[in-house]
Amino acid sequence: MVRVEFLGPIQKEVLELDIINLNELADILQDDKDMKEWLDISAVAVNDTLVSNRDFALKDGDKVAILPPVCGG
Amino acid sequence: MLYLYDGSLDVASILKDWYDIEAKSNYGAYVTFVGTVRSEDDIDGLSFDIYEPILQKWFDTWREKANSKGAIIKMAHSRGDVMLHKSSYISAVFSPKRRVALELIDEFVEDFKASAPIWKYDLKDKKRIYAKDRSTAMEHSGLLA
Repeated sequence: MVRVEFLGPIQKEVLELDIINLNELADILQDDKDMKEWLDISAVAVNDTLVSNRDFALKDGDKVAILPPVCGG
Repeated sequence: MLYLYDGSLDVASILKDWYDIEAKSNYGAYVTFVGTVRSEDDIDGLSFDIYEPILQKWFDTWREKANSKGAIIKMAHSRGDVMLHKSSYISAVFSPKRRVALELIDEFVEDFKASAPIWKYDLKDKKRIYAKDRSTAMEHSGLLA
């Protein structure tokens, strides 16, 4: 299973999903009305490294984080 | 070094500690940036969430960049609530000569605003309101849209 966490202001519980790449995650989250306002503006990290490719392969035990816009300081 | 604190930062103490630690390291320049919560839009203060694993990786990249120029970077940031006129963010560069420190602090603070995984909320009327309009989408955002 792949663990998906939603960070900062995204009010959503952790998901445990049986998926093999980020394309599959995209399909699931695009159908999720809670994510409608966030997907366009959020970055994605796999095992705490930001990724830029939706074909990125996922394996059992991976941790995906969804990161909305940031503002430190 | 990266230092995270619950609540507001004790500016005088942190700046003194950093100065004392490096006092005999033979750096000619110590440039600091201190961020303070300002009174605006009737807020009572700000509040912060931090995702530490990615913040630490981001900071490590900057630490290596500074080291390659003979400099070091330090940063402190608050978690949770920080009320008006208190500090939530301090960064500093030590370098042998001034130019490296002045340029690095500028680049570092700008990248911090765009890339550090920290989320800011306004504290107003006992509510915690995400500062969405003032936030910046990170690199490669929209990947799943």
